[in-house]
Amino acid sequence: MNQRLKLFWAGVRAEFPLLIGVFPFGLIYGALALSSGLSATAAQMMSSIVFAGSSQFVTAQLVHGAAPGLVIVLTIAVVNLRHMLYSASVAPYVRNLSMRWKALLSYFLTDEAYAATIIHYEEEELTPASHWFFLGAGLSLWFTWQVSTAFGIFLGTSIPESWPLDFALPLTFIAMVVPVLKDRPVIAAALSAGLVALLAFSLPYKLGLILAALTGIIVGMLLEGKESPKEAL
Amino acid sequence: MNIWLVMLLGGLITFGMRLSFIYLLGRFEVPETMRRALRFVPPAVLSAIVFPEVLMPSGKFDFGLDNHRFLAGIVAVLAAWWTKNTLLTILAGMAALLILQLVL
Repeated sequence: MNQRLKLFWAGVRAEFPLLIGVFPFGLIYGALALSSGLSATAAQMMSSIVFAGSSQFVTAQLVHGAAPGLVIVLTIAVVNLRHMLYSASVAPYVRNLSMRWKALLSYFLTDEAYAATIIHYEEEELTPASHWFFLGAGLSLWFTWQVSTAFGIFLGTSIPESWPLDFALPLTFIAMVVPVLKDRPVIAAALSAGLVALLAFSLPYKLGLILAALTGIIVGMLLEGKESPKEAL
Repeated sequence: MNIWLVMLLGGLITFGMRLSFIYLLGRFEVPETMRRALRFVPPAVLSAIVFPEVLMPSGKFDFGLDNHRFLAGIVAVLAAWWTKNTLLTILAGMAALLILQLVL
């Protein structure tokens, strides 16, 4: 019991620096969701139902642009595809847990919880209580996300309309994508996806976004295969 | 489609993707091709969202100096490169845009 609690708090502590960055992100999301035409209830509930920052921003933006529901759902799926990679990455460490624990931890498997947890799993020895660290990181992020969303919704109407808050969305994505640009295949994937997104912008239902993402992925894989056919990844 | 149905489906799909390999491991190995593809998903999707937001804020290509979002976007890219910090990047880009709007 003691060991579990200790690991839980270690997870909370490891997550803390990430929470400082997440809070304003949630604040902006709450305000943005409201100004996009979502109700306060829907904006708040999305933070626990979808619980994935960037896709919530995109959803708010698509609701604002009156995109069809199916397109929004597909876009959420595409934007959140990366979570399958996280799932594959932590799977070996949680394979002996019960289905209930697997489901609970999957719900908490966000970018930020993954970032803190995978470091713990890779550096510390795996014990029967290791997943409590994951829970501590995930739960503290979840709590911060709900509270910051609520603050954003509350402050939303008092934020002047002339403030270009919508620009926070591309800025956040710039902050997420730039540190990843470490090798040529990834840079090529990002640039080709960006260019196709510009060229295909006029396609209906944001199809240009999906076309651009697929182009970027294919370009990245082709280039990676060319550069190091034997040591992919 | 009702916004609640959209959120519910989006949430279920997101949860399903997060659970996917945690559930499947032991039954299947992750296909190598898929692991390679997934690595490129974040940069590809995020760039596909960012480029039009910054380079065509009015729906048309705009590379000029009067496109404040383009210039502020460059500031944000530099800030992200130097600091690797989400908050500082947002603050730098936002500050650049506000200053450009006031000055130019």
